[in-house]
Amino acid sequence: MRERQAGDPVTRTVYGATGLLVLFLLLEAAPRLGLVPERYLPPASRILRALWTEASGAGFWRAVADTVRTGATGLAIAFCAAVALGMIIGSVPLLRAMTNSTVEVLRPIPSVALIPLVVLQFGTDIRSTVVLVVYACFWQVLIQVLYGAVDVDPVAHDTARSYGLGTWARLRHVTWPTALPYVITGLRLAATVALIVSITGELLIGSPGLGREIAVAQSSGAVPAMYGLVVATGMIGVLVNVGVRGLERRVLAWHPAVRAEIPA
Amino acid sequence: MRAAARLVRVLGLPVALVLAWWAVTAGEDNFYFPPPTTVATTFVDVWVSGRLLDDVLPSVGRLLAGLALALAAGVGLGLLIGLSPRVRAVFEPALEFLRAIPPPVLVPVMLLVAGVGDRMKILVILSGCLWPILLNTVEGARSVDEVLGDTCRCYGIQGAARIRHLVLRAASPQIMTGIRQALSIGIILMVISEMFAASSGLGFAILQFQRGFQIPEMWSGMVVLSLIGVTLSVIFRQVERRVLAWHQGPRKRERAEGVRDA
Amino acid sequence: MLDVSGLKKTYRNAGRVVEAIADVSVHLEAGEFVCVVGPSGCGKTTLLRCLAGLLAPTEGDLTMAGRPITGPSPGTAVVFQEYGRSLLPWKTVWENVELPLRYKGLARSRRRELVTEALAAVQMEDAGAAHPWQLSGGMQQRVAIARAIAYEPQVLLMDEPFAAVDAQTRADLEDLILSVWRRYEVTTLFVTHDIDEAVYLGQRVVILSASPTVVQEDLAIGLPAERDQLTTRADPLFAELRAHVYGQIQQAKNRAARPSPTPAVGQGD
Repeated sequence: MRERQAGDPVTRTVYGATGLLVLFLLLEAAPRLGLVPERYLPPASRILRALWTEASGAGFWRAVADTVRTGATGLAIAFCAAVALGMIIGSVPLLRAMTNSTVEVLRPIPSVALIPLVVLQFGTDIRSTVVLVVYACFWQVLIQVLYGAVDVDPVAHDTARSYGLGTWARLRHVTWPTALPYVITGLRLAATVALIVSITGELLIGSPGLGREIAVAQSSGAVPAMYGLVVATGMIGVLVNVGVRGLERRVLAWHPAVRAEIPA
Repeated sequence: MRAAARLVRVLGLPVALVLAWWAVTAGEDNFYFPPPTTVATTFVDVWVSGRLLDDVLPSVGRLLAGLALALAAGVGLGLLIGLSPRVRAVFEPALEFLRAIPPPVLVPVMLLVAGVGDRMKILVILSGCLWPILLNTVEGARSVDEVLGDTCRCYGIQGAARIRHLVLRAASPQIMTGIRQALSIGIILMVISEMFAASSGLGFAILQFQRGFQIPEMWSGMVVLSLIGVTLSVIFRQVERRVLAWHQGPRKRERAEGVRDA
Repeated sequence: MLDVSGLKKTYRNAGRVVEAIADVSVHLEAGEFVCVVGPSGCGKTTLLRCLAGLLAPTEGDLTMAGRPITGPSPGTAVVFQEYGRSLLPWKTVWENVELPLRYKGLARSRRRELVTEALAAVQMEDAGAAHPWQLSGGMQQRVAIARAIAYEPQVLLMDEPFAAVDAQTRADLEDLILSVWRRYEVTTLFVTHDIDEAVYLGQRVVILSASPTVVQEDLAIGLPAERDQLTTRADPLFAELRAHVYGQIQQAKNRAARPSPTPAVGQGD
């Protein structure tokens, strides 16, 4: 489908920058004009300045590293487990049918429900949060991999079979490429979840990372710093998203959904 | 025979898992992982009493309120933004940034802004559920089929009629995806919003149990959470099937003509 | 009824300026059935979209019944090639045909009349409650035609409507559109890449050149008014006309077009 965009990339960047600028101005004006109490929402400039101060301290970057490490570790473990399990389950209809109900029951349990458990096991160690991340990301990727395995084009599958490709070969040459876009989608969703759950875990459990810094800032009344850290998490989130989308484009360049349509 | 086979498929694995759990915990008395029978009895004791009304119902009520607000705001704004390429270009970076902020992080912020009551909790839920619905609506609105759009233009179906008959319907699969994501986020935030400075609610209760080392009670709380999630999921699926009945048709035909069963 | 004068349409595509149509002038009298053919990429669809009011011309005058065409109007109905993407999938056949009439401000009883009649005209009277995906391609296109007729347009624009169906269905649909045209006497502009179809259906065939597009020839089809798949196509005049059109298009493809003042074949031969 042809994309209806508002002009060329340069124009769009200008529009986008305008949008961000308006947002900034709103957040700057609202507290100063007294629309929102200043001690609840400081002006945007003060927030950014507080962020700058934070960023010049080593503690901030240590926290960032902790958060990234937590998220990445959890994501990696979950991804490998979910892809392996998902491909196996997805390719065998009987397994799919049998595991369906279990997945549906376990899936809605939010990772935060496990917080009491992991705290009892690991305390405020970074491992607590990693377990949460693994749990949350696992479901995201698994669901997508299952969609992908099911979506294999029957024609392609039959063609492969008629050419004598065995189960393993079919898995490699037909099922996997079909599932790949879904796997990447799962990775993208899971990456976002990994970041969110890492920070949530740090916030609630107190394990080392940006989330804990935010909680500390809040309880000690350093309001601009707290907001500054929130902005930092937003920026990291955007970076993660952009990064995964770039990866998606690179890996799936051949896929029709990503390829630009040739006009008829 | 058919019904029996289906029952085995649906219940087989869960029952096996529960039995395995029982077998593992029957021997020793693990403090952190009580046997399923204990959890079951605790469940009845704790929840099937006043707790249900005092804690669970208000929590779920707040969740639904937050979701309803997110739906209204998300679809409304999503349509506005999604229908104009220019508006989209302006809002896109700002929205990408705002949605990347993990909602739990806003809880301390909300505490400051909205205090400790119901309003804060609903606001927290709203702040998390809004984004999937909003962004998916934008996506759905902007990817309406061109030929369909041209057809409606030719036949004079413009303005509100166009939104009603064309855009909303065409975007509905995407919007439903957004709502599904919002459901899971909502449950999480419902719990989190009560873990801070709350005095009642499901999340608060679970936290209490954990602090007081009442492990079976804590587990039973997680069971309640799971039940809520499953129930909402089932209800949602029914609604989705009804709303997207037209969408299933062509897909079902494709699937039926293939060998796979979905 | 329909008047195109000096139409020019240019696009800007990634920095380059593309001239889709250079200078096209066509005139249709009320009730005429005119086909438009040409080499691929010659702007046939662009011409149709300008007439439908979906595209604004860069230069030139377009009028319908004396009034300039500035946008989609209730006097024009369009049938697109992609029937699967032009019928609303969430509505039944009946609802699809009726929807445009609701916004024309017609009373419910009148709408019911029009829809019933239109569906009968395309032989789909029993399919009212079906959804588009339940119908075959040919049937979906019939519904699209029914929708166009029910709209009571002054002009019917068709953009390669039968290109995406199989040959047998195409033959049926060709006869269907002829019967519809005769019954409702609606001015019809039919764009196609199929030369046989153009000669079979049209009273005139407008042949467009390759880019920069101009009208290469405006050919009158001297075949008898009653067309039939077997006898008309076996007529030696049909073969002549067909060969002539084919030759013109080959010429158009091979060099930049010059309007060739060929006398209309089949008149006074």
